[in-house]
Amino acid sequence: MKHTYSVLVENKPGVLSRVAGLFSGRGFNIESLCVAETLDPELSLMTLVTRGDEQIIEQINKQLNKLINVLKVVDVSEGDFVEREMVLVKVKAEGNTRAEVLRMTDIFRGKIVDVSPKEYTIELTGDEKKVRAVLELLRPLGIKEVARTGTIAMIRSKKTP
Amino acid sequence: MKLTGAQILIECLKKEGVDLIFGFPGGAVIDIYDELMKSSIRHVLVRHEQAAVHAADAYARVTGKVGVVLVTSGPGATNTVTGIASAYGDSIPVVVMTGQVPTKLIGNDAFQEVDIVGITRPCTKHNYLVKSVKDVAQTVKEAFHLARSGRPGPVLMDLPKDVMVDRTEFKYPEAIKMRTYNPTYEAHVGQIEKAGKLIVQSSRPVLYAGGGIIASNAAEELTELATLAQIPTTATLMGLGGFPGTHPLWMGMLGMHGTYCSNMAVANCDLLIAVGARFDDRVTGKLDAFASHAKIIHIDIDPTSISKNVRVDVPIVADCKNALGKLVTFLKREKDINWKEKHEEWLAQVRDWDKKHPLSYKEEKGVIKPQYVVEKLYELTKGKAIITTEVGQNQMWAAQFYKFAEPRSLMTSGGLGVMGYGFPAAIGAQLAAPDRIVIDIAGDGSIQMNIQEMATAMEQRLPVKIAILNNQYLGMVRQWQELFYGKRYAATSLATAPDFVKLAEAYGAVGLRATKPEEVVPVIKKALKTPNLVIMEFVIAHEEKVYPMVPAGKATTEMLLV
Repeated sequence: MKHTYSVLVENKPGVLSRVAGLFSGRGFNIESLCVAETLDPELSLMTLVTRGDEQIIEQINKQLNKLINVLKVVDVSEGDFVEREMVLVKVKAEGNTRAEVLRMTDIFRGKIVDVSPKEYTIELTGDEKKVRAVLELLRPLGIKEVARTGTIAMIRSKKTP
Repeated sequence: MKLTGAQILIECLKKEGVDLIFGFPGGAVIDIYDELMKSSIRHVLVRHEQAAVHAADAYARVTGKVGVVLVTSGPGATNTVTGIASAYGDSIPVVVMTGQVPTKLIGNDAFQEVDIVGITRPCTKHNYLVKSVKDVAQTVKEAFHLARSGRPGPVLMDLPKDVMVDRTEFKYPEAIKMRTYNPTYEAHVGQIEKAGKLIVQSSRPVLYAGGGIIASNAAEELTELATLAQIPTTATLMGLGGFPGTHPLWMGMLGMHGTYCSNMAVANCDLLIAVGARFDDRVTGKLDAFASHAKIIHIDIDPTSISKNVRVDVPIVADCKNALGKLVTFLKREKDINWKEKHEEWLAQVRDWDKKHPLSYKEEKGVIKPQYVVEKLYELTKGKAIITTEVGQNQMWAAQFYKFAEPRSLMTSGGLGVMGYGFPAAIGAQLAAPDRIVIDIAGDGSIQMNIQEMATAMEQRLPVKIAILNNQYLGMVRQWQELFYGKRYAATSLATAPDFVKLAEAYGAVGLRATKPEEVVPVIKKALKTPNLVIMEFVIAHEEKVYPMVPAGKATTEMLLV
């Protein structure tokens, strides 16, 4: 099962290496990892996507909590949550595919952020499914380059007071 | 007044109650040594940095305090890694201070530079690179706090040379608060009740104690629980001494070289109460056959230990002493239960297993059996010695045949299994307990891994006794080769060895040798009377094996017996 964790850590040198080392040392998977400072400059938020059976997920949770620099671990995928990833795609855009790329960008509510006579660079945001769908549809048109941010996620607010 | 980083460091160590440091100097730590020399803290110069950590580890085990190590950068630091990993495996509180090249040179591949913080990240509880003299005091405070609290463990501080020379105002942080670290000591009342009820309901309970009993000083509570509810008790290698080895409810160690009785009891129990133990593979054997009929209660201060290898029914995250105390209080309220009667049948069964296959060995005329040597060491020290061991057959025979009466009397590298641990550990133990007899039970292979510490022991005038069980083999590997690898003894013969008696004499110590069974007792007696470092060499049966033995990956009931 896929799990998405929000890990609040101290913003100190070596913390990323402690988290990454924990995963590699114990044979856990990291599908994606995203780190940036929070409103409190002493803390960083890591969003970490991983896969494993129940026992592995339990260990990942506990082992993350055990790291001295980790303040809080939340499995956001336990309940209702929003996840987003941003992707930049450089696509071949020549002759008749030029219009097709534009149309696709429009359908997926993307933006063209760079243009050249032979290529477009598209910026897109969405959950993992959407990003996968876009990439699959653009592939036949000729993808030159892809850069993804990895997932960030947040638990949805309670809808009833 | 402004102090240098080195002066601040020494002041902080004094505040932490440090009275002894094991170390080895070098360029990057000359400033620290210069201050250390002026202070009241005793320094023990080892002959190899690995030994410093093992000695500090044993010092910590005997005293319950934090063991402290000081070494230089680069090779000094890398040489400590095995010691650190061993302390990590056994959850022993040790603080290791390594020198580092000046901050400006870090990352420059400077002379004797190594990224020791990176190297030791996975084998320390936590580690620090101290980048400013302003951080020294706070880091020392945190390091000692982390090492000794929660699940104890080694903490490393990397100290660049310029940081030790820079000056700042010294203010020692009296209180410590770390918002990201807050171990749970108090057992949850609801969980204690659930556990208590399971004990009341069970008819075939077993107590399985680990090193956590020693770390949390819970031996008394463990014995009280076992005696109150009449529960037969076993322990891991790390838990030995946590329960009296002569108690009627004692079953002996469990696992790969555990007793028949313990392994059968665990396999057939209906309730397993694990206390401060972590279901290591050497204990469980084949996982799905381990305690497969039992409900499991697991008390441990480290949540990651719980349900890591084995699914647990009642997890209790707490200090063992706290949880056991509460469990005893809970069970004392059950005044109507006659525990002896309740467990009569089960205890009779356990005694039967014990009688059927007690720990034993075959005597051979004219040949010294290693088990006999350990038995005699036990008898002649009246069970009151501190025993350290190396790793391999010597370790298992010591664990099986020395009946440990009290906690903190066995020092052994249990988790990592370091050959070469025992002798430096004996040095640390003797310094911690100058009035006790300290014996390193060693093999002829492992003793040679840190034999250079003879000089340390002589210099410190430590009357440590080394008992070498010499079978001219790396015996445990040879045993596996004999049993599972068609007797192909690849690289396990140690026929070429020093004359250990002469070696002892070369260092100014005393060397004694026994080659026949009747020489064993006189040699031990003479060694115990000698107020000096002694090597006792026992030339033992070359192909003696450790039994019982559970082959790797098999269920613990599938034991090979004597």
